[in-house]
Amino acid sequence: MRFVDEYRSEESVRKFARAIRGLVTRPWTLMEICGGQTHTLIRFGIDEMLPPSVTMVHGPGCPVCVTPLEMLDRALAIAARPGVIFTSFGDMLRVPGSKTDLLSLKASGADVRMVYSPLDAVEIAKRNAGKEVVFFAVGFETTAPANATAVWQAKKLGIRNFSLLVSHVLVPPAMEVILGSPTNRVQGFLAAGHVCTVMGYREYEPIAAKYRIPVVVTGFEPLDLMQGIQMTLKALEEGRFGVENQYARSVTRDGNVKARAILREVFEVCDRPWRGIGVIPQSGWRLRDEYAGHDAVLKFDVGTITTEEPSVCIAGQVLQGLKKPGDCAAFGKECTPERPLGAPMVSSEGACAAYYNYGRGI
Amino acid sequence: MCLGVPGQVVRVETNDLGMTMGVVKFGGISKEVCLMYTPDAGVGDWVLVHVGFAISKLDEESAKEVFATLEAMGDLADLSEPPDAKG
Amino acid sequence: MSDERFDLSCPVPLSNYPHVLLAHGGGGRLTQRLIDQLFVPAFDNALLSELHDGAVLNVGGKRLAFSTDSFVVKPLFFPGGDIGSLAVHGTVNDLAMCGARPLALSAGLILEEGLPMEDLRRIVGSMRDAASKVGVPIVTGDTKVVDRGKGDGVFVNVTGVGLVRDGIEIAPRRARPGDAVLVSGEIAVHGIAIMSVREGLRFDTELVSDSAPLDGLVDGLLAVAGENVHVLRDPTRGGVASTLNEIAGQANVGIRLEESRIPVSEAVRGACEILGLDPLYVANEGKCLVIVAPEAADAALAALRSHPLGASAARIGEVVPDHPGKVVMKSRIGGLRVVDLLTGEQLPRIC
Repeated sequence: MRFVDEYRSEESVRKFARAIRGLVTRPWTLMEICGGQTHTLIRFGIDEMLPPSVTMVHGPGCPVCVTPLEMLDRALAIAARPGVIFTSFGDMLRVPGSKTDLLSLKASGADVRMVYSPLDAVEIAKRNAGKEVVFFAVGFETTAPANATAVWQAKKLGIRNFSLLVSHVLVPPAMEVILGSPTNRVQGFLAAGHVCTVMGYREYEPIAAKYRIPVVVTGFEPLDLMQGIQMTLKALEEGRFGVENQYARSVTRDGNVKARAILREVFEVCDRPWRGIGVIPQSGWRLRDEYAGHDAVLKFDVGTITTEEPSVCIAGQVLQGLKKPGDCAAFGKECTPERPLGAPMVSSEGACAAYYNYGRGI
Repeated sequence: MCLGVPGQVVRVETNDLGMTMGVVKFGGISKEVCLMYTPDAGVGDWVLVHVGFAISKLDEESAKEVFATLEAMGDLADLSEPPDAKG
Repeated sequence: MSDERFDLSCPVPLSNYPHVLLAHGGGGRLTQRLIDQLFVPAFDNALLSELHDGAVLNVGGKRLAFSTDSFVVKPLFFPGGDIGSLAVHGTVNDLAMCGARPLALSAGLILEEGLPMEDLRRIVGSMRDAASKVGVPIVTGDTKVVDRGKGDGVFVNVTGVGLVRDGIEIAPRRARPGDAVLVSGEIAVHGIAIMSVREGLRFDTELVSDSAPLDGLVDGLLAVAGENVHVLRDPTRGGVASTLNEIAGQANVGIRLEESRIPVSEAVRGACEILGLDPLYVANEGKCLVIVAPEAADAALAALRSHPLGASAARIGEVVPDHPGKVVMKSRIGGLRVVDLLTGEQLPRIC
């Protein structure tokens, strides 16, 4: 497959690994903040090819993992209602809420359906006029244009039985929280290539300047990650800070201008709680007032939601890169992909699940 | 949410809502994809697709850069060196 | 990689699941648990505990293989077959995986009220055609009808008996370090063919299910490699990954695969990439895994390749003494990763 296979060449990856070994003179800690990148790193064993002085820390880049518990419990309450068809991407289906999860709800009779694209959910609404169709719009900026388009399309076509349950999160505010923390060890960042494909990378420039760190916009294939890591380490060794772009085949400084236009039309910035971390101001998107008729938060009154997290789960610390999954007392014991206590063990892009599935020990 | 797969545009059309839609080929299979966010992608161009939407048109020139960098690194002197340098 | 890293399982009592989940039928960990914790203790006998694709009974000096398989596929009709042909091939294959030639089949049909008679006619015709191509009669059967809404059109059960060839001994526990692991052809075809109908994927050359009877292929293989063939199994639900995990667990050996050697067609790769699926966990039909003694591996591979259904057969790995019960894979770029059992159905990855 073009644009894929050539970025998975063993020889090329080893060349970069060698270049990195020759380049590094002291310990460095880098963070990637995208679940897809975490997945590639672990699946291909890339982090194990780096010199021992380079530490890769996995950031809160798994949108499924950071969806607030309150939002998940709300989704479950809506999905449990008769007359509702609840649609979602695959990964959300197994994430544990306070008491249950979407797949278990489906097993006890709720109409929960997996879709590959939000437009499929709009189609379902068209074909089921007597039911209320809700789409769980979770994700970072990458998925937002697709979700925005779905609700824009529904509004334009007058499909009133379609609504979005929005829980979008934004990367730059999360980076600020991590960098601004007194316990921060991260010295360089790999920025998420597909988030930046949509948003561009202008908003990372002030962050790089403020904290004097290198930020390299990086792709997802093994070669991309190797090169992104190499560029970040080179900047660190040379004492440079600022934003560089490894993923130039897809990312430009301004991003996808048309996509950003639909985002501005449909969404507005809001404060958002991140599961395991807490509320990060101005770190999420919600539907604008003009789309109130398609906002599942307003459409369905589910009463007060009281949430309950298992106390042993250290997801928050794992998501901030302060601990590794293996540091958790429950990892691999009470908490496995089959019986997950927290979201990073469920989502295949969550750090805990990646470590467990690919056999990373304790 | 980052899984983006590169594919080649094989058809472009406009639907009743004025949305540009198309068919994109991924190594032997094709699927309908929304192209409204890559208005300059025509038949034969490569796009990056995420949850049924093309989010960028791939720039072939930039794509070649990493391979130029690799060439500049020269031949791998010792291919038998283990990739796993961690203890 | 040290052993203690792999000691990560946590047995969870079945009572933790008040309802049956779809995952219990996914071929992964939950299916295994259902079998281990409910069926095996309940039915409790040595033959069942072998847990191979079929049971082998000793009857008057001959070995009789006995197997059953139920089919609930949706859609009923798909490129390359339908639930009828799938059912016949499936049970013929289970018998072949015991090293047996099929003698006779039964067909139990559970029909949903409202199923078009024409559909039923087509399915039955398919079963007739599939059985006659193999030369095995369908000698007995049963039909039930359930209320509209209580069945997916048709559920089919096919049970079969066969005679195990002399001079072979197929059992999971025969897998031993040094054995070669072969696959008879390209993987993940059936699962993707089914999904393509559901997800509206179009293939340049239409992707057709690889459902087929393997008795001829296995005949040719056993004629050449005989008792050097230690294990045969068809990787249906749960894919190659789940099946190899099962064997590794049953034989208490490790299995090491090489990603670059696993045959996957371009079309299936493309589909897996865009659906966010790992082909190792996608269902196969008309394919089998062979675990064979190293001295017979080349001959076994040649035998597979000389049959039309085995043209793309490949050697994909080996049985190792390390990490018993676990399957490990060397990735395309050189790193090692564990190929674990999934909990249930594979969910597509979005990220």
